[in-house]
Amino acid sequence: MLVNEKVAIEHGLKADEYKKICELLKRTPNLIELGIFSAMWNEHCSYKSSRLHLKKLPTSGKKVIQGPGENAGVIDIEDGDAIVFKIESHNHPSFIEPYQGAATGVGGIMRDVFTMGARPIANLNSIHFGSPQHKKTKNLLRGVVHGIGGYGNCMGVPTIAGQTSFDSSYNGNILVNAMTLGLVKKNKIFYSKAAGLNKPVIYVGSKTGRDGIHGASMASASFDEKIEEKKPTVQVGDPFTEKLLLEACLELMAGDSIIAIQDMGAAGLTSSSIEMASKGNLGIEINLNKVPCRESKMTPYEIMLSESQERMLIVLENGKEEMAKKIFDKWNLDFAVIGKTTNSKNIELFFDNEQVANIPVNTLVENSPMYDRKWKKAKLPKKNKIKKETYSKLKIKDVLKKILSNPNVCSKEWIWQQYDHTVMGDTIQKPGGNSGVVRVHGTNKAVAASVDSSAVYCWAHPLTGGKQVVAESWRNLISVGATPIAITNCLNFGSPENEENMGEFVECVHGIGEASKYLNFPVVSGNVSFYNQTKEVGIKPTPSIGGVGLIKDYKKMVTMNFKEKDNLVLVIGKTEGHIDQSIFARTILDEKNGPPPEVNLFNEKNNGESLLNLIDKDYIKSAHDVSLGGIIIAISKMSIKGNKGIKLNKSKNLMNEIDYLFAEDQGRYVIEVKKKDLKDVIKILEKNSVHHEELGFITEKDIIINEKTKVTIDELKSYNTNWLNNYMSS
Amino acid sequence: MKSSVITFPGSNCDRDMDVALTKFGFKNKMVWHDDNELPKSDLVVLPGGFSYGDYLRCGSMASKSKIMQSVINFAKSGGLVMGICNGFQILVETGLVPGVLLRNKYLEFICKNVFIKLDNKDNPYFKNLDKDVFEFHIAHNEGNYFCTQDQLKEIEDNNQVAIYYCNNKGQTEDQFNPNGSIKNIAGIFNKEKNVLGMMPHPERMIDQSLSGEDGSLFFKNLINNIK
Repeated sequence: MLVNEKVAIEHGLKADEYKKICELLKRTPNLIELGIFSAMWNEHCSYKSSRLHLKKLPTSGKKVIQGPGENAGVIDIEDGDAIVFKIESHNHPSFIEPYQGAATGVGGIMRDVFTMGARPIANLNSIHFGSPQHKKTKNLLRGVVHGIGGYGNCMGVPTIAGQTSFDSSYNGNILVNAMTLGLVKKNKIFYSKAAGLNKPVIYVGSKTGRDGIHGASMASASFDEKIEEKKPTVQVGDPFTEKLLLEACLELMAGDSIIAIQDMGAAGLTSSSIEMASKGNLGIEINLNKVPCRESKMTPYEIMLSESQERMLIVLENGKEEMAKKIFDKWNLDFAVIGKTTNSKNIELFFDNEQVANIPVNTLVENSPMYDRKWKKAKLPKKNKIKKETYSKLKIKDVLKKILSNPNVCSKEWIWQQYDHTVMGDTIQKPGGNSGVVRVHGTNKAVAASVDSSAVYCWAHPLTGGKQVVAESWRNLISVGATPIAITNCLNFGSPENEENMGEFVECVHGIGEASKYLNFPVVSGNVSFYNQTKEVGIKPTPSIGGVGLIKDYKKMVTMNFKEKDNLVLVIGKTEGHIDQSIFARTILDEKNGPPPEVNLFNEKNNGESLLNLIDKDYIKSAHDVSLGGIIIAISKMSIKGNKGIKLNKSKNLMNEIDYLFAEDQGRYVIEVKKKDLKDVIKILEKNSVHHEELGFITEKDIIINEKTKVTIDELKSYNTNWLNNYMSS
Repeated sequence: MKSSVITFPGSNCDRDMDVALTKFGFKNKMVWHDDNELPKSDLVVLPGGFSYGDYLRCGSMASKSKIMQSVINFAKSGGLVMGICNGFQILVETGLVPGVLLRNKYLEFICKNVFIKLDNKDNPYFKNLDKDVFEFHIAHNEGNYFCTQDQLKEIEDNNQVAIYYCNNKGQTEDQFNPNGSIKNIAGIFNKEKNVLGMMPHPERMIDQSLSGEDGSLFFKNLINNIK
């Protein structure tokens, strides 16, 4: 096929991008080369609209071993151990084919982690669906959950936490973000930077098929009514092969024969070979006839652009081929020497003894387009004035029932019961808590991880929303007694070519950066997913933040279930009665305007660190951060989990009771302490100027809010658990 | 006491089982599926996981793997063989224990704590345990035990049911059945009671920080019984 501007545009490139390619090459590219450019220069791989802004994120710190730019981030957890982690989106494929889309999302992120030499020890996910009433939602949810489970369960990696939300802005574009944590020895981390000349380039894993061709390009475009036709661009997962690949790679990594290793993810063989060459400032030569293919007569174009799963590319030390091959033979995996490193600084492809492509590596990477897209700043919305009489009609019990059973608040047990969350025998905090926690096998340490997003806040005011998500992640880690270390972010937005969507992106990133800098909670990895939109309508801005923290002595871990009758319950952090953008305002009052709650980073840091101090001194019997739904929802969940009630004090606050209970002010935690410890606890809080209020004491059963309102534990449970079960079985 | 845990390429509870056996005093060896010979063992365990991917019937390929011939011979000579989860699926495929394991009734993977009730203690696995109801953990997609009415009669006549799903009081009503198994059956012996297949994972319940500690009781008792 003759290459011209029209063909380039069909490949998702812009006219001026095509012009730039011709200038860089000083000639017209052939079709294979054009395919390679389109794969490397699409939004998904090149970050062309986001790079400029991502540069501003804080990415270093005392505990950071590797920040963004590698397969995943790496942090130090002491004693020579390190945690490798990253979150990644698989939104577009999951909408087209929910099972395979979600499954390969999980497979892809695990590969990113074990490519670096780490054994995956925990999976998390953040999944977002359209309105429950939308005709596609139920099947998408079922398919995604089956896909995540199908892959993670087979790999034998526990899925320890997650987040699920429903919002009509996802009707045409669901979000599936998968996160993996892996454990590695600090001195055994593997990177993707090739080094040395004439080193063999090895292909291992599954055979290359015709699935997923142009997957990354598909993920860099908006959807329209013909989206079903894109099904062939969705990859097909084979978790069993990935399990073999994991074990084989770790076996090979135990030795010292690997120079560089890179998984074949988005844009397959193309991006993996080019990344390795680019980082090593080398050239690479590949004989495509040597690539193990699943189907006969695959063309060089198809081989280079296939996104078949479960494949890796390795640059090996000379002379280690036989030894390495034996390991892959043992695990029944393909192993082929397909090329070598060169000093040409070009990627040169050969097929049937002919050179079929020859591109300078730097044109694909350093010279890839970078855009300073136009963006619109969002104004902070004005506060709503809610009329007092609106409240007088409301009964607290009815409101509590409605909110506890709201799809975004209710128990997600139906989902996480389908994920193996206990395999590997180290899960000490299961899904459904503040964070998932796994022990570092064979030690007293444990790692906590959480994944959060608050699209509603980000939509109302992106800057505040960006800060809030980081703060919430921080709180979720602290609530289990973990010291927060670092985050990974998955930035899900609409089209960057739309000024408002781009503005949401820029300001969310700004907010994330500000909070992570202040909290010393750097961003070590992540990805950007733009074009989550159908025709002109984009999703609510949804940055997902995956936070990781360390518990030095896992016996000090805190859980959220109320523990003991007569213990006292306090809230720390100030309740100002912020109702705008709360779930109460949005669902009970049907009020969708107003600003999100303000994030005061000084208070976040001070309150969080003070709570960690109290946990370290063993004063805290249970803890839960206050987020969606306010104090009363936090308390309800602690009651449900602990099977205990609470008698709330009459509020000394002049605030309206509903405002007090349902407000979503930030920087707050509900904590349980023993009566005898109260004095000491208050002393520490006051010394640190942490605002605190006594809420009440724990009882055998029932939540007693005031003289008129009593809710039994069974009622709470049924409000909280019925909705999702009924929805999925109807 | 010597134990062997068989590792199939897709096993993923092999390490957990090794940790549990070692914790309670077994000298455990990991045995590769492609080996011919079992090391000298007092107990052989087929662990959970997805032996060969289980894209066909779960456990069917594993039942034909090289090491299984030795395992079958070992079982037939009276050796103790225990299959957990995927191990149970492999055991039914070898025919060492009767019945089959279908997909769960609601067609979903289930990972949660369940209660199980021992049916009889006249066997090397449960003898001397001083309670009947245990809290174990399940994590499976195909644990729906099924057999013909004739087989069921034979199984019951021979006291081959090892454990039933139940509630914390040991009641075995249908509502306590997580996966649709016939008669709430969670585990089965062979006729001689030296081979045990069960869906629940005792190895996930071996210290108080995990889902519970009833697995500890099981393993402590097991090693004492074998001694």
